Amino acid sequence: MSDSLEPYLILSALLFAIGTFGFLARRNAIAMLMSIELMLNAVNLAILAFGAFEPSLRAAASVIALLVIAVAAAEATVGLALVIAIYRNRRTPLVDEYTQMRE
Amino acid sequence: MKLPETIPFLGWAWNDLLFLLLAAALLGTALMVVLGRNIIRSGLWMIACFAVLAGIYALLGTALVAAAQVLVYIGAISVLVLFAIMLTQTKGAPSGLVFHHQAWAAALAAVVLGGLLALVVSSTPWPLAGSRAGTSAKAVAELLFSDFVLPFETVGVLLLAAVIGGVFLAKQDQGEEQAPE
Repeated sequence: MSDSLEPYLILSALLFAIGTFGFLARRNAIAMLMSIELMLNAVNLAILAFGAFEPSLRAAASVIALLVIAVAAAEATVGLALVIAIYRNRRTPLVDEYTQMRE
Repeated sequence: MKLPETIPFLGWAWNDLLFLLLAAALLGTALMVVLGRNIIRSGLWMIACFAVLAGIYALLGTALVAAAQVLVYIGAISVLVLFAIMLTQTKGAPSGLVFHHQAWAAALAAVVLGGLLALVVSSTPWPLAGSRAGTSAKAVAELLFSDFVLPFETVGVLLLAAVIGGVFLAKQDQGEEQAPE
């Protein structure tokens, strides 16, 4: 089972779906960012699975996964800074109370 | 002592058992991250999820990425997330409403998405390479500093910009007086 591509891709798809649910359903902005991290990890898992089973992609998959990890770190930095900046003004981390931009 | 080729009484390869355990742990911890009511516990489950994922990367033979996963995700991003959680805790938050009222629609969308992706994956005939070998750090380094040099440098600039932007966004404004509680 661990010697074929499909189980890894299905695992990646399920992890991505869980992250999607968390992003859509959670009220807390930081929980939404955590769900985005789950989705990025799911995509990384798919990239590495393709790399492991296709010899011509082997090293390239690792390189791309490392670049994705670095970009995810940058995204987390900016996202959390935004949440903290909004929290300082609105005193809540819950996104459905950020109604100022709607009006 | 040498382990037998397959697991006694079951006849599975050891890698299959390891994959099943890691997959179950991955999905379980990811669900705990998404469904947990207490956000600090969600953050701690997220660390466990990243650790299990590093195990899967090691199972795939990409040891360098597994090490980077532990260093960057568990060491840096998780700590950042936990700090942000503690900075934005409000008293009513853990006991309050965790999900939006439309969470059932989100659950439906996620189930449809996951099912669709799994269906597409399982119905596509993948050209399978039977031999699976590990990726050496040397090969990764040679590719990273030859073909992928431009993305590498770009990511460096992006990280610098993100750090400066993060500091700028999160620091207290000089003109603004301390907000009253």
